[in-house]
Amino acid sequence: MALSGANQDAKNTYGSGESLRETLAVEKHPAPLTTGDMFFRLAGIGVLLLGVAAAFLYLGGWFTPQKLTPGRFVDELQRLNGIHPGFRRNHAKGVDVSGFFDSNGQGTRLSKAVVFQTGRVPVIGRFSLGSGDPHATDALTTVRGLGLQFSVSDGEQWRTAMINLPVFPFKDAQAFYDNLVASEPDPNTHQPDPAKGAAFFASHPDFARAIGIIKSQAPTSGFDNSTFHSLNAFRFTNAEGTTTFVRWELVPVQPSEPASGPDASQDKNFLFDALIASIHQHPLQWHLILTLGQPGDPTDNATIPWPEGREKVDVGTLTLDSVESDDTGTARTINFDPLILPAGIAPSDDPLLSARSGIYSQSFTRRAGEQQQPGAITPAEVQK
Amino acid sequence: MSANMTTERQKFNGPMRLLHWLMAAMVLTMLFIGIAMVASIGDYHILLSIHRPLGIAILILVVIRLATRLSSTLPPFPATMSPQERVAARASEVLLYGLLFVQPLVGWAMLSAARYPIVLFGSIHLFPILPHNVMVFSVLRQTHTILAYLFFLAFIAHFGAVLFHTLIVRDGLLSRMLPGRARAR
Repeated sequence: MALSGANQDAKNTYGSGESLRETLAVEKHPAPLTTGDMFFRLAGIGVLLLGVAAAFLYLGGWFTPQKLTPGRFVDELQRLNGIHPGFRRNHAKGVDVSGFFDSNGQGTRLSKAVVFQTGRVPVIGRFSLGSGDPHATDALTTVRGLGLQFSVSDGEQWRTAMINLPVFPFKDAQAFYDNLVASEPDPNTHQPDPAKGAAFFASHPDFARAIGIIKSQAPTSGFDNSTFHSLNAFRFTNAEGTTTFVRWELVPVQPSEPASGPDASQDKNFLFDALIASIHQHPLQWHLILTLGQPGDPTDNATIPWPEGREKVDVGTLTLDSVESDDTGTARTINFDPLILPAGIAPSDDPLLSARSGIYSQSFTRRAGEQQQPGAITPAEVQK
Repeated sequence: MSANMTTERQKFNGPMRLLHWLMAAMVLTMLFIGIAMVASIGDYHILLSIHRPLGIAILILVVIRLATRLSSTLPPFPATMSPQERVAARASEVLLYGLLFVQPLVGWAMLSAARYPIVLFGSIHLFPILPHNVMVFSVLRQTHTILAYLFFLAFIAHFGAVLFHTLIVRDGLLSRMLPGRARAR
């Protein structure tokens, strides 16, 4: 090899190789190409380069405008809700909260995740309503969301985004997207076309069944006494390597109360105002309950509840004792991506999980570059 | 200078060739994974899980590669290359080395600015290299995309130039990077 010191003069540069003495001598010139051969070879090179470039762009969705991508999903949310700079494209209206999670150690038999070892972990969260309009009027039937970030001391994180529905209405992103398209307002009536909604209902039995389950459970009076569900199943792996499929829920310590009156009699922000008042009175608490799946329980379809009677394990208590406006809080700058998981929790085969991760990322990336606009719940309102 | 050394100098040395082909495969994989994952619903997560550690592996390898490059004797350009073509070849080498360093660093930095955990595998994760600032994330995220397309264009130009030399000029340019011992001339 020419690594020895004898070749110091030629080392390390093409520059010193420029003199003809040092260039690679082409002693035998190959026979000249015929015009046809030259054309054939040039065309071959062109086809090969174009083919590689086309494959690259194809994977990027350039030639498949009908294919659902995270970007196109978020485009549809924007078409329905308008663009509200700086806000999440869904669950746009919210308040930031913080507190801690006290693990009781029971979770360690299911997962080796550090968050389940006995002890306290700081938590940042965000309560939200399921709409892309950051100034939407609060309504009891609007989906309530709770995003959480558990920060373990060594920098590992667990993020989760939960809602108060017992099951998710859509089994995958395509169904969700098709439902958004079906609910677009008709240009003439400015209302969704009921025929499109009915057609979606008829063609999506998963959706119809899930809506039946959702409607059988009346929403509680507020955020503080709502149960929040992971919806998707996850794979928990303990220190021995045993894997269990798990769905989890946050069950409120605050007593459940039925809603006090119709939305119309309430203030525009009544759900958030009640949450703020409640958290100022006393810390709000939820038990983190893991539900253990049995073989055969659906892990890839969040529209289907698991059978009654599955073993449930209370692994600790979440306490939220501080609330802040989305305008000033940290949670606004966090993407509650449900696939930011600690070692010991892994995704199931539910196709919604990867879809949520990709779509949340797209929403986060878009809003991150936008000038933040004031939200509906102002810093002053949170002080009340 | 021995005759043996003269012929050996017609090729890049073994470590350089190994690093070239290894990183060529890794970078092409990265570029295709990168563009595919951003447009993917179902495979987004699995592709991203590969993208992060592979990017960091490229960052580590390019440090080794630059050290190897700076301590190696390079084979000369073929006589068929004009001075202008040599300038272009040198510039494209600088561009490719630059991208190999900058693109993984931008990826690491943008995840840092967004406070995404930079998970490599299991509980192994990297420390953030920038403070939490989503506006900085946004700029770096766009930079990452632009650099990816630039990288792909640079690859196409490099690939095209080598094909041209191999199939049209037929000056043995590619043989300098191929395995085996150098041919005696």
